[in-house]
Amino acid sequence: MQKHEYLRTEHLRAGYSGKVILNDTELSVSPGEILTVIAPNGAGKSTLLKTLIRQLPALSGTVWIDGRDLTSLSGRELATRSAAVLTGRIEPERMTCEEVVSTGRYPYTGRLGVLSEKDRAVVREAMELVNILPLCNQDFNCLSDGQRQRVLLARAIAQEPKLLVMDEPTSFLDIRHKLEFLHILKTLVKEKQIAAVLSMHELDLAQKISDTIVCLRDGRIDRIGPPEEIFAGDYIGRLFQVEFGSYDPYSGSAELSPAPGKPWVFVIGGGGRGIPVYRQLCRMGIPFAAGILQKNDLDYPVASALASIVIAEEAFEPVREETLLSAEKQMLACERVVCALSSFGSLNVANETLFLLAKEKGLLISVEDLKT
Amino acid sequence: MQKARRKRNTVSFLILILLLLLLLGMNVAIGSTAIPMGNMVSILLRTGENQTAESIVWNIRMPRLLAAAVLGGALSVAGFQLQTFFANPIAGPFVLGISSGAKLTVALLMIACLQKKLTISSGIMILAAFIGAMVCMGVILLAAGRVRNMAVLIVCGVMIGYICSAITDILVTFADDSNIVNLHNWSLGSFSGISWGSVRTASLTVALALGCSMLLAKPMGAYQLGEAYAKSMGVEIRRFRLALILLSSLLSACVTAFSGPISFVGVAVPHLMKSLFRTAKPLVMIPACFLGGSVFCLFCDLVARTLFAPAELSISSVTAVFGVPVVLSMLLSRKSR
Repeated sequence: MQKHEYLRTEHLRAGYSGKVILNDTELSVSPGEILTVIAPNGAGKSTLLKTLIRQLPALSGTVWIDGRDLTSLSGRELATRSAAVLTGRIEPERMTCEEVVSTGRYPYTGRLGVLSEKDRAVVREAMELVNILPLCNQDFNCLSDGQRQRVLLARAIAQEPKLLVMDEPTSFLDIRHKLEFLHILKTLVKEKQIAAVLSMHELDLAQKISDTIVCLRDGRIDRIGPPEEIFAGDYIGRLFQVEFGSYDPYSGSAELSPAPGKPWVFVIGGGGRGIPVYRQLCRMGIPFAAGILQKNDLDYPVASALASIVIAEEAFEPVREETLLSAEKQMLACERVVCALSSFGSLNVANETLFLLAKEKGLLISVEDLKT
Repeated sequence: MQKARRKRNTVSFLILILLLLLLLGMNVAIGSTAIPMGNMVSILLRTGENQTAESIVWNIRMPRLLAAAVLGGALSVAGFQLQTFFANPIAGPFVLGISSGAKLTVALLMIACLQKKLTISSGIMILAAFIGAMVCMGVILLAAGRVRNMAVLIVCGVMIGYICSAITDILVTFADDSNIVNLHNWSLGSFSGISWGSVRTASLTVALALGCSMLLAKPMGAYQLGEAYAKSMGVEIRRFRLALILLSSLLSACVTAFSGPISFVGVAVPHLMKSLFRTAKPLVMIPACFLGGSVFCLFCDLVARTLFAPAELSISSVTAVFGVPVVLSMLLSRKSR
């Protein structure tokens, strides 16, 4: 089914005063959809978003909004179709939240900008949607970042747009407020059938909220597609040219580079117990080996990122004899052994064998002891 | 809330209007020549009973107090506009050197015309002042394009003001002896000696500019959220900025043409009004600043001409004495936030 595209770009070239930053950009968003732009710093996220809402003139190519060429829309026509939440701190003097939200009615009010009853109702509704009604009489400058961002979202909603463009709306929020903001956004986009375009640095959240992800690199769209495609494999690491450390697209967690050198400690882990130990060792700069992990174990991706050597077994397979043997060999080659597990189930006999061997050889030590 | 807001506005406007009426009355009644209150009614009705007193009130005090009210109001509105434009609470026609620029061109015109024994119409005076104001404004805008730091911009303005004042002083020094006294008084800033004709021209110009300013109130409100947001709401930024600059320059030029440069009114009054009304909404602030500026200048002019009567202080010294503490307290309270 061909969906109606609210925003579409055609051979769009964007940049500042003749300097091309993005070439041949083609993307489209339909009502009720969220498109997220991810890219390394300086790749042109803001430039793209600014060009979509005519904050910057397109160098060439066309932006279609609502089936009309962006350049043919008057200021008012554009403002009744699209609204924005921009980066950059604003400090309006002596404005209450309600007044800030009310400015969203700008394209609808008369010459002097006096609000009608209908305008007031829309403003109230927008504030209710983002849960800021209790703040309505507070000075905007006295709000926390999370509250400010919601007020600015309400302002954009009050503009009754069909296209919502937001440049890094969650960047300065703590995790609670990031989730809150995105939850509100998601509901809003579905309820009001808004086409949303945003840029984000939080890759883990981007893949959860977006219908489409656009990756920018080297002055063009490198990839575009649903998050499941974009986040598969090690593409993200390549997109951001991660050199020092690694990024796991599934958990969304980033790890620093492993400590260099021959493994000094062997960590017996599994089931998530290993992760804090791996990270502690990494912080202390101690190279280590990890084992025996099933490849579907929670610890496995972190161990792969941080350990010098990982002794692993295929997922859903019992640990084979040779795997155990190589683990024993590796463990005995290390100076110390840390066991992150406190008990071994009946399916984890291999690790219990390792543990008993280490105990017998007197290699066992706790992480706390390693610190001293 | 809506009600509380409206109530605050009404009460504040009433206070301003009462103060304005009170000061208008005091300015008519008080002066170096004592006029008995009992005679006031007949003087105001121009019955012709007290020729001298009538002449003093109608030919000297009346035009002067009207000039103070109209020009003081204009100056405050210009200040408020510049503050919005530069998103800077200490911007103002005097601080940015715009008044001094206007002063320079008016001084040039006056000297040139006095030497050729020509009389200057008040319209031409405004035009000359407007040109001077626009030139300085242009320089400030160039500077604003280069420096993002607001403090540096203000320093640029102060410097421009100094240069213009210095050139004016040199011109005044070399001017014909007989003109010096007048020119000197004017270049320090004074409401004295203004004619009914000038009051009429000034009032018309200010009324026109004020009307246009009210039409700009809506985009000004959007602009308070910053240029990018204003643009996203459909404000035609370039046209709006040009209109705002032209209007604030015209208002400051008009003031300078008739009364010379007057310091700090443009910064102090808008701040006082924002505190009184607890808002910065342009639709409220433009009339509020006008009334506030009138009250402030009427008060300062009263002090200027009565404190050491018959000697008169320059209006700028009085406005500075009352305006600077306001500006300072504003800056300090900002810092602490």
